[in-house]
Amino acid sequence: MRVSAKRAERLVNLVIALLGTRQYVSAARIRETVPGYEPHDGSARADEAFKRMFERDKAELREIGVPLETGRTSIFDTEDGYRIARAEYELPEITLTGEEAAAVGLALRLWQSAQLAGAAQSALVKLRAAGVDVDPSRTLPIQPRLDAGEPAFEPCYAAARDRRELTFDYRRPDAGTPSTRRVQPWGVVAWHGRWYLVGHDQDRQAPRVFRLSRVVGSPTPVGEAGAFEPPADLDLAAVVERSVSREEFLVVVRARPGTANGLRRTAEPLGPADDGRGGYDDRLQVRTTEPESLADQLAAYGADVVVEAPQRMREAVVERLTRLAAMDGASA
Amino acid sequence: MTSPTTADRMVRLLALVPYLQARPDGVRLADAAADFGVSESQLRRDLDLLWVCGLPGHGPGDLIDLSFEGDLVRVTFTAGMVRPLRLTTDEAVALIVALRTLLELPGLAEGEAVSRALAKVAGAAGHAAEQRTPVAVSVGAREQSLAVVRAGLERKRALHLHYYVPSRDERTQRVVDPMRLLLVDGHWYLEAWCRNVEGTRLFRLDRIDQVTVLDEPAAPPPEATERDLDDGLYQPPADAPVVRLRLARTARWVADYYPVEDVAEVDDPPGGLAVAVRTADLGWARRLVASLGGSGLVDEPAELAGQVAAEARAALARYAD
Repeated sequence: MRVSAKRAERLVNLVIALLGTRQYVSAARIRETVPGYEPHDGSARADEAFKRMFERDKAELREIGVPLETGRTSIFDTEDGYRIARAEYELPEITLTGEEAAAVGLALRLWQSAQLAGAAQSALVKLRAAGVDVDPSRTLPIQPRLDAGEPAFEPCYAAARDRRELTFDYRRPDAGTPSTRRVQPWGVVAWHGRWYLVGHDQDRQAPRVFRLSRVVGSPTPVGEAGAFEPPADLDLAAVVERSVSREEFLVVVRARPGTANGLRRTAEPLGPADDGRGGYDDRLQVRTTEPESLADQLAAYGADVVVEAPQRMREAVVERLTRLAAMDGASA
Repeated sequence: MTSPTTADRMVRLLALVPYLQARPDGVRLADAAADFGVSESQLRRDLDLLWVCGLPGHGPGDLIDLSFEGDLVRVTFTAGMVRPLRLTTDEAVALIVALRTLLELPGLAEGEAVSRALAKVAGAAGHAAEQRTPVAVSVGAREQSLAVVRAGLERKRALHLHYYVPSRDERTQRVVDPMRLLLVDGHWYLEAWCRNVEGTRLFRLDRIDQVTVLDEPAAPPPEATERDLDDGLYQPPADAPVVRLRLARTARWVADYYPVEDVAEVDDPPGGLAVAVRTADLGWARRLVASLGGSGLVDEPAELAGQVAAEARAALARYAD
């Protein structure tokens, strides 16, 4: 849909008229002085048409962030009038150095989702209109993408911004069927490349963290905006960090010389060890906070790597190898 | 409900006069159109519309007035529109969260400049920024090599890399001509022309063990083109052989991570997913399947399952010692 030129013209004229007055202007006066409104001809039909049009225009201006005030200038006014307080309307003075403007230009390229990319673009338009020269071509060839491809991002962000309760279907990795959750969303967090929703789970009556990629379908806002207040001392990123970080494990492996290069990049060498066949292995100490994924990696090295300790890691790798060994249907 | 187009145009119309006011020497139409992200003809329509707008009364002295000299446009009467509209909450969030994210990425932008920009923007955003932002970003990709790679890009110099190739479990050395830096799903990538393989490659920064800026200039040949990331990071040739896998529930992430075709839900394994992956590198496929530890079953090619199973049996033999 395109805004009709007439409507856009009327809206611009309305903004200019209301910015240019300190007095509250009545709807009747606006109808007379701002071009484009249905003139008063004494008929109820014309009055009705004007009222509808004016209501739509007010809603539209408020939606793009125009601070439209209603009130009465004197006690003799019989109805509410309208004005735009210039101090509330105008972007305050802002001057950025070339370096600062370049940082803003780069930062605004972080967003890819329609909602925040659109907001980034209109923010850029406003900064330029404030006299800031943000020239994206002057910045380095860097393309960061933070929020690509998470369909649940926008509804979760909007609900957190508006403080509206949210309901959605959520599939835990260990459960077959998704379950419906009711959450007061506090915010969305990108933690090391993965997006999470942080909020208060209404059914479990406790704070919870949800991976956006495990949300099934589109989350639906329910109830009123402004329905809750997140905790005053909330640190969104810290909530996610607590929920995803785990303790660190030490694992000792033996690797054939020249193999397991990926492991060696971060491992601490502990010296050679007799491999029992007249040769030797390199003993390596590896640190991990994700033992399951290390077990996957170690199993993928096949006969090049053997786990020495701890016993639990040995068993986890043997378990994987046993399943892999059965994959071609031949007996071990 | 306002459509995005309506809102976009209104934001632009309200910003245009202040934009011209801030540039009293005049602006070329083409530059203004680029600054607003619209075509020149759209910008002309916007200016035509503004030209008939003005203060109530709409007499000759009340209307917005523009002057055109050559290809320069200036505003001579603003009708009181001298500053752009304040930032909305979404705009403030987009700016502030993005700048905070840049602060987290030392080596990318001049940290001091980012801090100052953040303070100024937050000040200008006013109450739109007072509410706690409902978005937080922690990138985690704090690679040591970022600052060096950025320096190479900035100075347009070739780079010498020690680079780990996971699909072959190899540590390699090469000279590359840097083209651009990308941050995708929490990982930094350098897109560069690799002189060793004579092709454009993506290098993940956390796999660069060592990087040096060389004295010689970066000179990517004309055939070095940036790839379109909308199709994903991994773009195997369309005629590459197909590997068909059945993924158990715990291995379904493979379908999110790699480009897959012929995706279908299956009951064996329960809650599983059948997918086809194209790859010219069967060594990579072998490592992938082995790293799934039995949660990814191979339907095709049969010899892949055989190889993985044989390797696993050899490994088990070592544990039996």
